[in-house]
Amino acid sequence: MAEQSKAVGVGIEGVFYSLTHVPDLVRYGSKPSRELRANPEALEQQLKNQLRSFSAATAYAPHQVYIGNITPAELSNLPKPWYEKLIEGATSNGRFGDLVDQDRFYGKLAAADQFNLVTLEEKWFQEHAARHANGKPPRLGRVAEITALCEKGALGLYSGERLVGAFEPAHAEDASLTAEVLLENLAAKVTAAHALRSLLDALKLSPEEIDFVISCSEEAVGDRYNRGGGNLAKAIAEQVGCENASGSDVKAFCAGPLYAMIHGATLIQSGVCNKVAVVAGGSLAKLGMKFESHLKKGMPILEDVLGSFAVILSVAKTGEPCVRLDSAAFHPVRAGASPQAMAESLAEKALAKLGMKLTDVDRYAVELHNPEITVPSGSGDVPRTNYLTLAALAVMRGQIRKDQMEDFVRTRGMLGYAPTQGHIPSAVVYLGHALDALRNNEIKNALFISKGSLFLGRMTQLSDGCSFLVEKSEK
Amino acid sequence: MLNGKKVIAIGERDGVPGPVIAECLEGAGLEVVFQVTECFV
Repeated sequence: MAEQSKAVGVGIEGVFYSLTHVPDLVRYGSKPSRELRANPEALEQQLKNQLRSFSAATAYAPHQVYIGNITPAELSNLPKPWYEKLIEGATSNGRFGDLVDQDRFYGKLAAADQFNLVTLEEKWFQEHAARHANGKPPRLGRVAEITALCEKGALGLYSGERLVGAFEPAHAEDASLTAEVLLENLAAKVTAAHALRSLLDALKLSPEEIDFVISCSEEAVGDRYNRGGGNLAKAIAEQVGCENASGSDVKAFCAGPLYAMIHGATLIQSGVCNKVAVVAGGSLAKLGMKFESHLKKGMPILEDVLGSFAVILSVAKTGEPCVRLDSAAFHPVRAGASPQAMAESLAEKALAKLGMKLTDVDRYAVELHNPEITVPSGSGDVPRTNYLTLAALAVMRGQIRKDQMEDFVRTRGMLGYAPTQGHIPSAVVYLGHALDALRNNEIKNALFISKGSLFLGRMTQLSDGCSFLVEKSEK
Repeated sequence: MLNGKKVIAIGERDGVPGPVIAECLEGAGLEVVFQVTECFV
């Protein structure tokens, strides 16, 4: 390895991941809601029949990897299909994450609502959600009141067949303040806040110690004059009690979390902040995105969870994991959008800055979408495709032989285990396992690579991405 | 055989992007009437 200038590392204190299981909100995902409108009678019962229970979602092996109870390496030895071969004795609390059930989520949704958007049915609330309630008491109503709100345009909140709440729009004419949009936004706030609060608890930190929060969630908070105006970060900070923090959002499609990490690390390195929380809530729009394929194959609807995470960054401590800020690489405008061009920009060039080759990386974190979700719909095994591209680049550079490509994929890659929540699978999902593996000396480093599909917004044909290396701090 | 044929090119983020497909097809004499890149995850 070539001699380099002094390493610039920013400490990663910890990470927490959460999955909120919301089977009765799958109908409000973008794809299911469109299909249900077009074909309500045929689809509604079919969809309901294939929804999972909380215990099945908890015992689903990829979810156990997500929350840290199973390693990605162990997942590769588990029998498939994972949705049938459930993990016996699985719990909803993991080494660095948890699963939250729908009842608790509805309670949190109501408690985080400052604009009287949510009304919960009082009897159901007392029976199911009151024990989880903290913070602001929810607005409660009788069944007839909830039904009347739904008839006037509120979205129904269901628990199975039972109507247990209503979510109202905030404005009759503003398309950015419809019930659908606001539910998506509030769900992102609530799930991100849960992840951050859980991480603070796990690290025994007080919320007052955080001085900046960066949200990289995928919603677009705002009204009709400021669609996507944002700063959900500050709303999340308030919800968690980070009284001394301000915040702002970093948006870059699925690449958002790694950009947010780089922004946060820069705030620490420059001395502007002492502790920065990078957070993201779940994407309601992506619930049930591939449900039709799952129905056709007789599978459960696997996209029934909202993914969220929180990371805390601070000054690096010797021997503890850090982001190598000096490795941060971006995908420049002039670079092509082909997989090879992405790999060159985000892997090869990032490593070259540190005098490293592709084979100097012990583990690559790429787009870690769960293939059990994507393969049935014809979207392929996304992580494997990404790993093969990296392996092929290593062959082209003479770092491995062609017959070593599969070994490269197996030893430096992993199976995908993240729900298709966009920003969540985008490399950052591996950080918890990476911290464990670094602390246990199982790996010496991991390269995180994320990609963003800018072309989806129809403003440019460009792709995008960024990357950085994580290792133990030497200073 | 392909010269002058009209074609729609749909690329994929983790595969071959739409503009790349379009460029290859135009080079082969086809007329690309629409090209797009999609992200299927």
